[in-house]
Amino acid sequence: MELIFEKSRPGRGATTIPRSDVPEVAAGSIIDKNLLREEVDLPEVAEVDLIRHYTQLSKRNFGVDVGFYPLGSCTMKYNPKINEDISRLPGFTSLHPYAPAEFSQGSLQLMYETRQYLSEIFGMADFALQPAAGAHGELTGIMVIKKFFEKKGEKRSQILIPDAAHGTNPASGALCGYQVVTVRSNSEGGVDIDHLRELMAEIVAGLMLTNPNTLGLFERNIEQVAEIVHSRGGFLYCDGANANAFMGKTRPGDLGFDVIQLNLHKTFSTPHGCGGPGSGPVGVGEKLVPHLPIPRIVKRGDSYDWDYDCPDSIGRVRAFYGNFNVMVKAYTYIRSLGPDGLKRASEIAVLNANYVKERLKPHYDLAYDRVCMHECVFSGNRQVKESGVHTSDIAKRLLDYGYHPPTIYFPMIVPEAIMIEPNETESKETLDAFCDTMIAIAHEAKENPDLVKSAPLTTPVRRLDDVKAAREPDVCWKGRM
Amino acid sequence: MSKPNPADRKYTKEHEWAKENGDGTITMGITDHAQELLTDIVFVELPPVGKKVKQMQPLAVVESVKSVSDVYSPVSGEVVEINSVLEAHPELVNQDAFGDGWIAKLKMDDPGELMNLMDAAGYEDMIREDKH
Amino acid sequence: MDYVPHTPEDQKKIMETVGIRTIDDLFTDIPEKYKLKNLLDLPSALSEQDVSALMKGIGNRNTIPPITLMGAGAYYHYIPAVVGHVISRSEFYTAYTPYQAEISQGILQAIYEYQTMIAKLTGMQVANASMYDGASAMAEAAVLAAKTLNRTRIVVIRSVHPEYRQVVKTYAWANGYEVIETPYEKSGRMNRDALLEAVDDRTAAVLLQSPNFFGIVEDIASIASDVHAKGALLVSGFTEATSLGILKPAGDMGADFVVGEGQAFGNPMNFGGPYLGIFAGTDKFLRKIPGRLAGATVDREGKRGFVLTLQTREQHIRREKATSNICSNEALCALAAGVYLVCLGKNLKKLAELNFQKAHYLKETLSGLTGWESVFSAPVYNEFVMRCPDPKTVNQKLENAGIIGGYELGKDYPDLKECLLFCATEMMTKDDIDRVVSIIMGS
Repeated sequence: MELIFEKSRPGRGATTIPRSDVPEVAAGSIIDKNLLREEVDLPEVAEVDLIRHYTQLSKRNFGVDVGFYPLGSCTMKYNPKINEDISRLPGFTSLHPYAPAEFSQGSLQLMYETRQYLSEIFGMADFALQPAAGAHGELTGIMVIKKFFEKKGEKRSQILIPDAAHGTNPASGALCGYQVVTVRSNSEGGVDIDHLRELMAEIVAGLMLTNPNTLGLFERNIEQVAEIVHSRGGFLYCDGANANAFMGKTRPGDLGFDVIQLNLHKTFSTPHGCGGPGSGPVGVGEKLVPHLPIPRIVKRGDSYDWDYDCPDSIGRVRAFYGNFNVMVKAYTYIRSLGPDGLKRASEIAVLNANYVKERLKPHYDLAYDRVCMHECVFSGNRQVKESGVHTSDIAKRLLDYGYHPPTIYFPMIVPEAIMIEPNETESKETLDAFCDTMIAIAHEAKENPDLVKSAPLTTPVRRLDDVKAAREPDVCWKGRM
Repeated sequence: MSKPNPADRKYTKEHEWAKENGDGTITMGITDHAQELLTDIVFVELPPVGKKVKQMQPLAVVESVKSVSDVYSPVSGEVVEINSVLEAHPELVNQDAFGDGWIAKLKMDDPGELMNLMDAAGYEDMIREDKH
Repeated sequence: MDYVPHTPEDQKKIMETVGIRTIDDLFTDIPEKYKLKNLLDLPSALSEQDVSALMKGIGNRNTIPPITLMGAGAYYHYIPAVVGHVISRSEFYTAYTPYQAEISQGILQAIYEYQTMIAKLTGMQVANASMYDGASAMAEAAVLAAKTLNRTRIVVIRSVHPEYRQVVKTYAWANGYEVIETPYEKSGRMNRDALLEAVDDRTAAVLLQSPNFFGIVEDIASIASDVHAKGALLVSGFTEATSLGILKPAGDMGADFVVGEGQAFGNPMNFGGPYLGIFAGTDKFLRKIPGRLAGATVDREGKRGFVLTLQTREQHIRREKATSNICSNEALCALAAGVYLVCLGKNLKKLAELNFQKAHYLKETLSGLTGWESVFSAPVYNEFVMRCPDPKTVNQKLENAGIIGGYELGKDYPDLKECLLFCATEMMTKDDIDRVVSIIMGS
């Protein structure tokens, strides 16, 4: 497909700028000429061509609304349309962030109550809504822990992270100046308790744990883990990426977690938007509340206001208050589902994952054969051994059948990993059709491996050259319009 | 299949090779076995000339599409020359790891350190062990 | 309403296949004493109709002003209709990060086009797919400079947005870096001597903003070579993206990174977010810059296509050695910005000129009021600072009329206690300005 720049023709345009109703002043008469630019090198296209360009692009894109999207650890659940409509109400889109509190009572109420609801769902003392995404929330959560020790005058230099963790965990720890120490997994995919006990010393600020872990398994020894970490004065951090597994069933705060970051764009149904915007609230226990980012919202009687007077806060992690418009969607979702709906969402998410696991178990090697939570992890080892078909081939073959593939090659502790997260919003027919396809591909791998290795056959482009892209990077078009 | 490991040089357990140049310097790179494990190398981050390193400290970085690996220095010393051709042609490491794909030349602090490294036969034994 | 499609019959069959009698058989790994026995204490579920009514009620508790005089990092601009239509296509907004390139060519190409337009506007060779917002983009640039150069000091001019400086300080604190603030001079521009004095051989980066927080256009070229001579990097920020339509790009004046807030490009004010962090740099830093990058390549038949490239920079591969932990970004906001820029095209310059004119008319008009004076002499784009008698009362009068007034600078700048920062965009009419004046003058 042509680039929009290649469609540009001098003299075309998709907009007209209104005529000025104030006296003309030439910018050059006020600003030094050498600080002004000549012209802008942007495309010139007619509106109809603009719309067709982006419509064509949209047809070359796959979203949850197009088909089943079992991408593990990403919680690609259905994005309810009412949430979108609500988020576009002018009351939510058109207010300046520095509007006086009297003007923004609706926004403040919504944020205040979102904090309350999340605190109840996860059993935390309070939440901060400022972080813009999960990784941003992680960073904020670790900063809060760092601030706690700083205020106490304790020097702690290490953070513990299991080997199966997502790469953001070690990156977040390192960006807060911590030395990252890896904790081994046991044969069941959980934390190796002996190793944890050995590593957990008084120089360790805490353990960052994903629960359920990245294998989709609930940490059975959670009580022991919490006891070990707390006994040496450390904090237990929960990466809430997999929070869709336990809403209304158990609460991280009750389990002993001191900090949790969420992804509203996973658990609370807000759309992923091709990679963002998300929203990554951070919840903490009582001890850590004073260190949350500023400003905080306070309620006085029936009205809300900002509080900037938080001397022990870590400060700010971004401008303004967070991805407010994403919170509007998550709030709408929580109010739509209510307590029984949230619980059912988690129950069915877990049920569906176990269903897919049972149906595929005879055809693919299961990494850990036990009850899983909201996702299940297979290994493509058998296919590699039998016919040289790799997990990446299976993923590409799924494209031909109209599916978004599962997450592959993650977690790294499972060779040729295939991580499937079906979500609660898919019907039995959808799950069955997907399982049938996975089984058909397992057969194809045996009988016609070359077919699978040459997939995809039906997409507009096929197996792009990643090596060329990285060796000769072309990230901006170099032509002129 | 990896190319044979030349007998005229020494090997580290992190898959680097070092070849004495007879003037107190060595030339070093990664082994053919290593480039095979890494698959297509897309970028080599070279050290600056003049950099001082200790034996088995990180010296350079090689990147494939999906991995990043440190390259360790086989000896303690100072970088005296780097293979700048790799900046534009990282594929040389894949094509000729023991020759045109060399990474750097170092002036050795202590030639005796070469004794800590393996010879070709020892390195091959190690690779064979790894496969089991 | 729970969006679960299973009928009781479906659920029964699925449970049979799984081999469980009750749903709770799936949750036996949770220690018994931590299982919730009761429902969460939350308001009951609502039908779509009821939730719609509830949410409209909450939205209506907000007052949307007919006129806003506030800029200060968030800007009220007209958003062409095409923008909303494109980003409402659910093939875009319900997709994940484009890791499966074959079925993500749409967003990958759109991001590649966005990166291209940002690079052209900022005068840089490289732009990434987006950061969280302008403030975190600036902080990440500072951290990147420090990590790359192995230096520990960040110098920032006080005329950078106060909240941006706070974010820089938070990130710097977490990494153990020192932040030095340097003053602006009487004209409102940076104090060049004080700045260069603060830059030493420990300094990783100098952070400035143009237009700065007071709306003033800085002469970036005047310090670039001195900053570079000390081995430090120059990071130039902005909060008002439309200024790029008229001002010389910082990349053409010696900046190593240009970071800024892209909200003004087709994204509503949204009470502060989601916004769009712009991050652009010179070629030299291509393999260092944080965040995602879309790149052009070919497929196995030689057809042009796009992929996420240079992923080894990112946390999921480099883990604790990554210079940033960013993962999710603001892709849909970048898409909106891309559509906006295509729609405006070369007219972006005209739009910027219109902003310039409205602001200058507002400035002239306010300057004519008794006791009012413009504080800084240096040229501005679409924001400016006025000293006036009793700014709080001025804002209160405007608020009483439903109008959002200027930004009270006293809370961040003790030397600007009697001062307000005003903004005018293309949305402000001459009638609006006349109305504002009559409200201010009224008792």
